[in-house]
Amino acid sequence: MHILVLLKMAPDVVEDLEIAPGGKALDLDCLRMILSESDDHALEQALLLKERHGAKITALALDAPEVDDALFTAAAKGADRVMKVVGMDPGFTTREAARYFSQAIAEEPGLLPADLILTGVQAIDDLDGLVAPIVADGLRMPYLGIVTGVALEASAQAARAIKEYPAGVRGEFLVQLPAVLGIQAAEKPPRYVPVAKVRAAMKSVKIECSQALTLADGGLPLVGVVEMKRNEPAGHAEMLEGKPDQVSGQLCGILAERGLF
Amino acid sequence: MPDALYLWALTLAAFGLFGRRVYGYVKVLRGARSENRWDHIGQRLKLVLVQVLGQRKLIEEPLIGVAHFVIFWAFVIFAASFFWNLVRGLFPFLPIPFADEVGWMRVALEVSGVLGLVALAAAAARRYFFPPDRLEKSRDASLILGLIAIVLLSSLAGQRFGWRAMWWVHMITVLGFLAYLPYSKHLHLLAAPFGVFFGSLQRGSAPPSSPGASRREEFTWRQLFSGLACAECGRCDRSCPSFLGGFALSPKMLMHHMKELVRGDGDGHGEANFVGDVVKREEIWACTTCLACMERCPVMNEHVPVLIEMRRRLVGEGDMDKSLQEALKNLNRYGNSFGAPPRARAKWTQQLGFPIKDARKEPVQYLWFVGDYASYDPRVNAATCAAARVFQKAGLDFGILGDGEQNSGNDVRLAGEEGLYESLQEKNLKVFGRARFQEIITTDPHSFQVLKHQYPASNGARTVRHYTQLLSDLILEGKFPLARKLKMKVTYHDPCYLGRYNAIFNAPRRVLAALGLELVEMPRNRTYSLCCGGGGGRIWMEDPPVFKERPAVSRVNEAAALDVRTLVVVCPKDLVMFQDAIKTTGLEDRLEVKELSELVEQAMG
Amino acid sequence: MTGNICVLAEQWRGQITEVTYETLALGREVADQAGVPLTAILPGSHCRELARFLGAADAVVYIDHPLLAETVPQTCAEAVAQAMAGERPRALLVPLTNISLGIGTLIGVRLGAPVVNFCRDIRVADGRLLADCVMYGGKIEATVEAGAPSGPGPAILGIWPGARQAEKGRAEREVPVTDAAVVLEDTGAIRLCRYIEPEAGDVDLTKQEVLVAVGRGLQDRANLPLAEELARALGGAVCGSRPVIDQGWLPLSRQVGKSGLTVKPKLYVALGISGAPEHIEGMKDAALIVAVNSDPQAPIFSVAHYGIVGDAVETMPALTAAVEARKAAGQHA
Repeated sequence: MHILVLLKMAPDVVEDLEIAPGGKALDLDCLRMILSESDDHALEQALLLKERHGAKITALALDAPEVDDALFTAAAKGADRVMKVVGMDPGFTTREAARYFSQAIAEEPGLLPADLILTGVQAIDDLDGLVAPIVADGLRMPYLGIVTGVALEASAQAARAIKEYPAGVRGEFLVQLPAVLGIQAAEKPPRYVPVAKVRAAMKSVKIECSQALTLADGGLPLVGVVEMKRNEPAGHAEMLEGKPDQVSGQLCGILAERGLF
Repeated sequence: MPDALYLWALTLAAFGLFGRRVYGYVKVLRGARSENRWDHIGQRLKLVLVQVLGQRKLIEEPLIGVAHFVIFWAFVIFAASFFWNLVRGLFPFLPIPFADEVGWMRVALEVSGVLGLVALAAAAARRYFFPPDRLEKSRDASLILGLIAIVLLSSLAGQRFGWRAMWWVHMITVLGFLAYLPYSKHLHLLAAPFGVFFGSLQRGSAPPSSPGASRREEFTWRQLFSGLACAECGRCDRSCPSFLGGFALSPKMLMHHMKELVRGDGDGHGEANFVGDVVKREEIWACTTCLACMERCPVMNEHVPVLIEMRRRLVGEGDMDKSLQEALKNLNRYGNSFGAPPRARAKWTQQLGFPIKDARKEPVQYLWFVGDYASYDPRVNAATCAAARVFQKAGLDFGILGDGEQNSGNDVRLAGEEGLYESLQEKNLKVFGRARFQEIITTDPHSFQVLKHQYPASNGARTVRHYTQLLSDLILEGKFPLARKLKMKVTYHDPCYLGRYNAIFNAPRRVLAALGLELVEMPRNRTYSLCCGGGGGRIWMEDPPVFKERPAVSRVNEAAALDVRTLVVVCPKDLVMFQDAIKTTGLEDRLEVKELSELVEQAMG
Repeated sequence: MTGNICVLAEQWRGQITEVTYETLALGREVADQAGVPLTAILPGSHCRELARFLGAADAVVYIDHPLLAETVPQTCAEAVAQAMAGERPRALLVPLTNISLGIGTLIGVRLGAPVVNFCRDIRVADGRLLADCVMYGGKIEATVEAGAPSGPGPAILGIWPGARQAEKGRAEREVPVTDAAVVLEDTGAIRLCRYIEPEAGDVDLTKQEVLVAVGRGLQDRANLPLAEELARALGGAVCGSRPVIDQGWLPLSRQVGKSGLTVKPKLYVALGISGAPEHIEGMKDAALIVAVNSDPQAPIFSVAHYGIVGDAVETMPALTAAVEARKAAGQHA
């Protein structure tokens, strides 16, 4: 069993996001990157499968600030091989990201065959598409998204995947392997890995580098950001100000006016 | 002559059995991790003098303490007499009398024997009729009490009536006692003096760096030794906030498990894991690292370091509470447990109306290490601002590190995440290196403890003071501008990391007095102070499904029972914990929690 | 279809989904703006009769195939791409839901067309197709131009639920229906075995008039009773956003949002919920929304009617006390 996990870094929204001069992109200087949340879940799902069935996990990431930390963390958690694609032009879109992944998967020895390719279902910056279906199409593998659980069939030729639907309904799918799954959430929240283990991984694990090639056809259908601005939500709601008991009193007045008591 | 032969045979048998068992223990201890406890011999001998010969901690519980003192000394005198007699008996040709043939020794034996018997009777009465909570009532203990009584009685009877048979009863009982000792709970008789001698000289110091421990060779020898020295007296349980609150932890049982581990009754080599199965997860995580158990322990056992070793093992396996995981993740990435942006760390200063210097940009005398809770928790905000205004009005030249400060790592370390502690320490040391200052002051006792004792002296070997120490010193020097006296009665809570960890009891009390406040002490004060329940990472963890009462609730009830309306604290975590507890107990109308700085500000006018 | 605005109509378990009507309402506006017809594309199996619910559109293209009975993204995308081959619609609007996620991307890849995700609104200005996108968990709004004028296929626009009111896109009438024939290969690679119905919770959230919702800002499970007390005071129930459910602090039956329930109470109090689009989807139609969050930039304030910048844990007891006081005063009055 070989599980390939695709990891992408995304802006950390805990920090305030600033817009770069020109108003069309985020200010990269004020930005910290963090492993996309659902990619973290994809890695966790791979680790759970490894614990249950035994598997080799390869984590493949696209170069970005702090990506090494993410890969060493993945190694400390149990990824057997870690690799990053380097040399892309910065500011690549998600569809380009998917093609960089596909390129590396095709070019680098040992990434294929993979029985399962797991990645996050969607990142907060996936403006022009999703990684998982594009990679699946390129490799002619089946794709299923919004997956929240995976169990291998005894034959290891297929997996049962749980997909979320609206209203709390879930669907159980039988998926022939190899397949690409877009993970919404792993069966358990991503595990904690102690800092000492990450540090040990930094010393003992080598991150392989895969050189990105220029994308062949010179580009994808244009999606251009005309303007970017911070969502100023406070403009919408009427904001109540004061100490907790003051605002609580005000709010109760409003609720009473509307007959909510 | 045949007498000597019998004696030889008995002696060799007794010492043989004794030696075999002791050798077994020594072998286990030698196989454990090393930890140097041969430093500062002078200080260690002094400890033995005070704690063993003087029985200081035992006398803290006066009734049984005095009885134990008497029994101990009777025992010492009788042991001396026994060895004297033994040597004389084994080597009949020696030109010396038997011990009881010497006048002054007879007197000593008779006096200590009689007092000893009275004390034994008192001890037995306590054990059988008024047992304190958590005293281990084993048959073993009765046997030992009986043996001691026989030793004393036989000797007295032999002396008084000159019965030769009694001499033999005495010698045989003592030799039997000797043989039995290392197999019984009264091993502490033998082990306790060593436990004290090899005790930790730095209160609350973290155990040496390790990936944690579960099997016996993974603990340090002194940690294992705790199991041998334990007399199961229960003083630890009686002082433990988690135990008293009905949480899963019993420090006494923990020591008992350590003893089993040393004896090989469950060493993690079999089916059960020592950490997890024998000592349960919920016990390990229930500890607030308040140090009350160690403060009370007469044999200087090291409950907290043992628990930290176990936590390290669990953390290493990622085996912990989700809330704790979340806090540690946040601390690793953002340097604070709240998962708040580092850039927002000094946001609280915006409401002050005056700028606070950034010690990274301009030199200051005092570097104020603010800490996480004081920086981010809205419930602590008012107190933090009050402290800033107090420093400002007092004309102190002070500054902060802004977003350069990270959590000091005290509770991260106590929660068993050693690697994260090291990383936080590195980041703080780096920013200390870039800042210019003379001295560190902090409003947070947790940070104080770790900055003062555990950060390497290479941070400039600078002084670290809790702000109450600084205020107290300024007041004593007459350099602190106080405008008016606050005429009111308050009570004061000694925070663990200032009190038990650092023995700073008087500085905050001097400040209270200078403000004109009348201090009404809670029954549990100074080293007896009851932890708020938030230390050692507990504040980040969820409460277990079953417990009796949160320590903070017990504490605010204790304060509310006094004739005061104000509970003064000097620790941001206390402020949060007690405010919560007051809300859950519905004591809002009777008690309020105040951070000392808020009162100081009032008194400055 | 050339030049048309198209909407991918979702059918799930025999019904057209609510989000389809919302998307149709938006598509209608854009089509009218551009002066072109609106076409609904309905893939499915033996569900031609559903076409009459798509009356907001001028025409319906129905794609019938046994493999389209359940929405499997690759199959569905292939079908839609085949149906569109040779046509040059201006745009295809695809709902961003758990049912259709990934289909837009796949159609875009197959047709070589631009894809724009996260659209909250779309308009045509000077012949340019512009989309307002909510990105980065709701923190950033971007105006994005979709597709160069010479672009090969329709612009594929993924539409967040809630872009328009469903009512405006709901119209039942006889619409001209065209059948599109497609050839799909049955690889059997992905097969739906069964639906797992949600376990009935102790409380039916959809029937509550007042909901007190908690998110990450709850900080600790131990604070949950504070929310319960507030809910009790207000006469409602406690629910949560995804992180709270994932932490196991509340059962799945209490989840509001994309994968949970959609609720429309009279009062929705969101405590410590930042307001990711996935959550907003489930509660945006509440009659009165009050949000408490320590981050003044939190996107939840963009759907809330009243906002309080503050710590949820600190606000809850204060609010409970105020409600109790007000109720007590009301009884005496």
